[in-house]
Amino acid sequence: MRSNAFWRSGEHTSIPERAPKIVPDGSARRSAARLARDAVLRMAFAVEAYCRLLVRVTKACLSQPFYRGDLVQQMDTIGVASIFIVMLTGLFTGMVLALQSAVEMERFGATVYIGRLVGASTIRELGPVLTALIVTGRAGAGMAAALGAMRVTEQVDALRTMGVDPIRKLVVPRFLAALVMLPVVTIIGDFVAILGGLLIAVLTLDFTAQLYINSVWDTLAQSGFVLRVIPIDLIQGLVKPFTFGGIIALTSCFHGLRAEGGTEGVGRATTRAVVTSSILILAADYFLTQILLAMFEW
Amino acid sequence: MSDRTPAGGPQPGSEAFEAELRDEIRRELETHGSGAGGPEIVELRDVWLSFGDHEVLRGVSLGVARGGTLCILGGSGVGKSTILRLMLRLLLPDRGEVLIEGRDISAVSRPEALALRERMGMVFQGSALFDSLNVFDNVAFPLYEHTTLADDEIRERVEEVLSFVDLDPNVVLPLLPSALSGGMRKRVAIARAIAHRPPILLFDEPTSGLDPITTRRIDELILKLRRELHVCVVVVTHDVRSASRIATETALLKDGEIIFSGTPEEMHATEDRYVRAFRG
Repeated sequence: MRSNAFWRSGEHTSIPERAPKIVPDGSARRSAARLARDAVLRMAFAVEAYCRLLVRVTKACLSQPFYRGDLVQQMDTIGVASIFIVMLTGLFTGMVLALQSAVEMERFGATVYIGRLVGASTIRELGPVLTALIVTGRAGAGMAAALGAMRVTEQVDALRTMGVDPIRKLVVPRFLAALVMLPVVTIIGDFVAILGGLLIAVLTLDFTAQLYINSVWDTLAQSGFVLRVIPIDLIQGLVKPFTFGGIIALTSCFHGLRAEGGTEGVGRATTRAVVTSSILILAADYFLTQILLAMFEW
Repeated sequence: MSDRTPAGGPQPGSEAFEAELRDEIRRELETHGSGAGGPEIVELRDVWLSFGDHEVLRGVSLGVARGGTLCILGGSGVGKSTILRLMLRLLLPDRGEVLIEGRDISAVSRPEALALRERMGMVFQGSALFDSLNVFDNVAFPLYEHTTLADDEIRERVEEVLSFVDLDPNVVLPLLPSALSGGMRKRVAIARAIAHRPPILLFDEPTSGLDPITTRRIDELILKLRRELHVCVVVVTHDVRSASRIATETALLKDGEIIFSGTPEEMHATEDRYVRAFRG
C-alpha cells in the first residue's frame, strides 16, 4: 500500500495516480474476504480520485489561465464531428420507433398518437441517451486514447515540467466542450429522429405531415411550459445531455490520465473509459428521470 | 562545435578536442567564479523515498553549482530518474530537502512550485514532444506559456534555439515529431527545454537508444549548453563514457544510496570494486 510520496505529493492531486496496487503476497491461503476487501479499497480509491478530479476541474473552469483555442478545437472534435453519426442514428431510431409503435397502436385504433409517442420518447429518453452513447464511443474513446498516449509517452509530465497544469490544458477544454456540445448535438439528433418518424408516418401510414407535427407538438405542450415558452419536455431533454456530456468528458479524461503500461495500457484505458461512461450514463439517466419527474410532474 | 575549431586544431569529436574543450570550460568557470565551490543551485539533502515497502532512495545527498554538470550514474531501476522527478516536484520525498536555487521545492506551495519549475528545462528519455504539434509549436510552447513575447519574437527565438542545436529551422519547423529521427527528436526536445532560457537543465538518459555518432553529438551539445549558456546541468545516465565526456561531477547510485561521488577523473582512479565494475 502506498503511503508515501505519491499520496502526499501536491501534484498527485492534479493527475490522478492509479489507486494503490495490492501486491499479491504469494500466500495460497489468502482469503476471499481479503480479496474482496482489496477490490473494495481499489474501487474506493478510484471513486475518491474521480471526485477529486471533478473538484479540480470545476475550480479550474472558474479561474485563469483558460485555453480558449483548445476549447474551440474540442467543441469541433466532440460536437461538430459527431453530428453526422448522431443524425444517422436519430434518423433510423425515429423511423424504427414509428414503425414499431404503428404495429402496436393499430390494434387499439390509436395510430393518430404515433407522433406523440415518437416525440415524447425521443425528446425525453432515446435522444439524450443514444446521442450520449454514440458520442461516448466516438469522442470519449478518442479522448481517453489521446490522453492515455500522452501519459505513457511522458507528454503529460512534459506539460507539468513546463509549469502547465495538465488539468487546465487537457481536461477543462474537453469538459466544457462536452457540456456545451452534447445538448446541441442532442437537439439535432432529436429533430432528425422526429423527422424520421414523419417520413414513416407519411410514406407508409398515410398520415399527413400536419397531423404528425401537431401530434408531436401536443406532446410538448401537454407537459407544460417553463416561463410560458420553454416546453418542460425540452428542459428534461437538455438537462440530461448536459449531465451526460460532463460524465463522458470526465470519465474519459480520468481513465486516459491513469493509463500506464504502453500502448496496451492505452487500449485498456480506452475500453474502461467507454464501458464506465456508458454505465454511468444509463445510471444517471434513471436518477435524473426520477428527479425531473418529481420536479415537474408530481 | 566546428565554429570554435582553429584551422589545423583537433577535429570535433576527437579525444584531443574534448580535452581542450574541457580545459576551456574549466577556465571559463574559474573566470566567472561559478565553478565548484560556488553556491549549489540544485541540491538534495538526506533525501529518503519509498514506494510502499520498497525503499528507493536512502539518505541521498548531492548537489551541483551553476555552470556545473552532475551526472547521476547507476544501473536500471536504482532510482536515477526518480531523483529528477523529485527535483521537478513530480514526487515528494518522505524525508529530506530538495533545494532549487536555495528553496525547498518539496515544501513550497503549488504556485511557487510551478514558478520554480519554470526555472528548469527537462529533456525526457523519449523526448516527450507533443506529437500533435509540429516542431515550431513544440519549441514555441513554453514561450507562449511563460513569456509575453510577440509572435515574430517567438519565431525568432525558436529559429535561434533550433540553430543552436544544429537543426535547420527552414527544414524542421513544419515537421511533426513522427517525421524526425531519434537524434533529431532529442535535439528538438533540447531546443524546447532551453527556449525560455532556464538556468537549470535536467536530462533523463539523453543518449539512450542512440547510435555512437549521435550520442557523441548530443554529448557535444550538452557541453556547448554549459559553455555558451552557463546553465547548471543534471544528467541521469547509465552511459559511463558519455558521463566522462560531459560531467564536472559524477555520483554513482546503488541500492538507493550514493556510493561514490567525485569528478570523472576521480571515478576512473578509484579502486572501489563496484565503481570499477560499473565503468567496465
